Amino acid sequence: MSAQPSSPFDVEAVRRDFPILQQRLAGDMPLVYLDTAATSQKPRSVIAKVVECYEQYNSNVHRGIHQLGDRMTTELEEAREKVQRFIGANEVDEIVFTSGTTMSMNLVAHGWARKFLKPGDEILLNPMEHHANLVPWQLAASATGAELRYLPLTNDGRLDLSTLDELLTHRTKLVAVTAMSNVLGTINPIEILAQRAHDVGALICVDGAQSVPHAPTDVRSPNIDFLAFSGHKLYGPTGIGVLYARRELLEAMDPFLAGGHMIREVFLDSSTWADVPAKFEAGTCPFIEAVGLGAAIDYVNQIGLPNIMQQEHALSVKAHEQLAAVTGVSIYGPAVEHKGAILSFTVEGVHPHDLSDLLDRRGVAIRAGHHCTMPLHELLNLTATARASFAFYNTTAEVDALVEAVIAARKTFRLKP
Amino acid sequence: MSEPLSEIYDDHIMDHFESPYHKGHLASPTCSHSDRNPICGDQVTVELLVDEHDRVKEAYFDGKGCAISQSAASILCEAIEGKSIEELKDFQAQDMLDLLKVRLTASRQKCGLLSFKVLKTMLYSLDQLREPPSSG
Ligand SMILES: Cc1ncc(COP(=O)(O)O)c(C=O)c1O
Repeated sequence: MSAQPSSPFDVEAVRRDFPILQQRLAGDMPLVYLDTAATSQKPRSVIAKVVECYEQYNSNVHRGIHQLGDRMTTELEEAREKVQRFIGANEVDEIVFTSGTTMSMNLVAHGWARKFLKPGDEILLNPMEHHANLVPWQLAASATGAELRYLPLTNDGRLDLSTLDELLTHRTKLVAVTAMSNVLGTINPIEILAQRAHDVGALICVDGAQSVPHAPTDVRSPNIDFLAFSGHKLYGPTGIGVLYARRELLEAMDPFLAGGHMIREVFLDSSTWADVPAKFEAGTCPFIEAVGLGAAIDYVNQIGLPNIMQQEHALSVKAHEQLAAVTGVSIYGPAVEHKGAILSFTVEGVHPHDLSDLLDRRGVAIRAGHHCTMPLHELLNLTATARASFAFYNTTAEVDALVEAVIAARKTFRLKP
Repeated sequence: MSEPLSEIYDDHIMDHFESPYHKGHLASPTCSHSDRNPICGDQVTVELLVDEHDRVKEAYFDGKGCAISQSAASILCEAIEGKSIEELKDFQAQDMLDLLKVRLTASRQKCGLLSFKVLKTMLYSLDQLREPPSSG
């Protein structure tokens, strides 16, 4: 059963869709889950869909000619269509199922970058990128002789576009950029970057891991060449992700993983490739997870991304205001209106790991560490930050719980109020 | 899951965090070693002054990181002064955890045991230094 959120958005009804949110933690504490940027919670409809697959028609896809195989394959391909509509892709064949954002990026780094980049070519990155949108390019650059260039950040954690003309030139072949920083929360100007990249003949590869679950995405406007995102951050299962790329690109690229399903014909010493997207889906794909992702997209559509954005932004504004008022708290990233619902912070005198441990004792789950962005933390001159991230299933009372727990942590650390 | 988690930031830990024992450096240590916890960036250096009877005369630490890793280093330094190198070789991870007196979850044990790990590596290299493996 799913909630039928009436307008105005009814957070209590929505919360009842998420079984995990109903539990009590150690000490009978309710769970205050503020770690959605790491992985989101799953609504009952997604869990039920996965169970339905396993209980009723699990069987390998694109293989057996039997009733179960037919049903499973149909479900899988319907899920692909749901993804296509969700991100505005022209064709369903432009949706490649991967294991997640990381694999999607590696697919582009192997299938496209290693094939097309030459010495002297450049990839334009920036220091706020997640390691998943950084390390694959480092490897591709060292394999091809291409070079990495970095767009600097402004002091408040936005891309410094004043240097764009200098750094984005005819040598640039790819701009790889996150649509939303998983630490600073920064929402990057993808439209401008796509336009400027295309003006110099470069492609744009967008890391949508954080943006796709929290804001509408349309790969045709702005014109996005590659888009990667993960199912588990989109209220869907783990082990499933998406790479979107325009058909011409997918057709021109080399395969990444090789094996069954990705071939047309196999001879003893050579093979030819299947049509896209099968060319990039070697082996048995996580088909039940893909169907679960389809169910997650249905759920998001039912709640409505505008509702999601509105609720998350309101929570984020409240959390920013209240935490900023706590002595010793520093918040990183731009002003809240330029951010997704992500709040990274430090508390002077309390290490982020101690903070997250103390918060956990009150049931408040946040993340502490470098969040897979070591270059960004180096730039901030920090080894770790604490990060609270919000979803539409969070409440204003949970923001209060976060702030109270931070105040209590300072007290445990004998800091003056 | 209704048992409350046991308190780990108790007075013992917080006292050591606030006023650490022998935080700093020795003028001329007999041996010193540093390590860091790559996941969270906690960092600890331990320095020993070992006397002619093979006893730890002084132990100092320096470091950066969470209260658990830093208090543990302080507690360790206090506990090992006066002990012989032989005694320290018998010192086990569980002994270290017992010294902390609080129950650490698996994820925090890495913090609590960082200085212990540094000590153990240092003792090992001290051995190597003193008894170079016979060649052949
Ligand atoms: C911005 C960003 N990019 C990439 C990733 C990697 O995603 P995954 O681990 O699902 O491949 C994450 C999540 O950790 C992220 O936040």
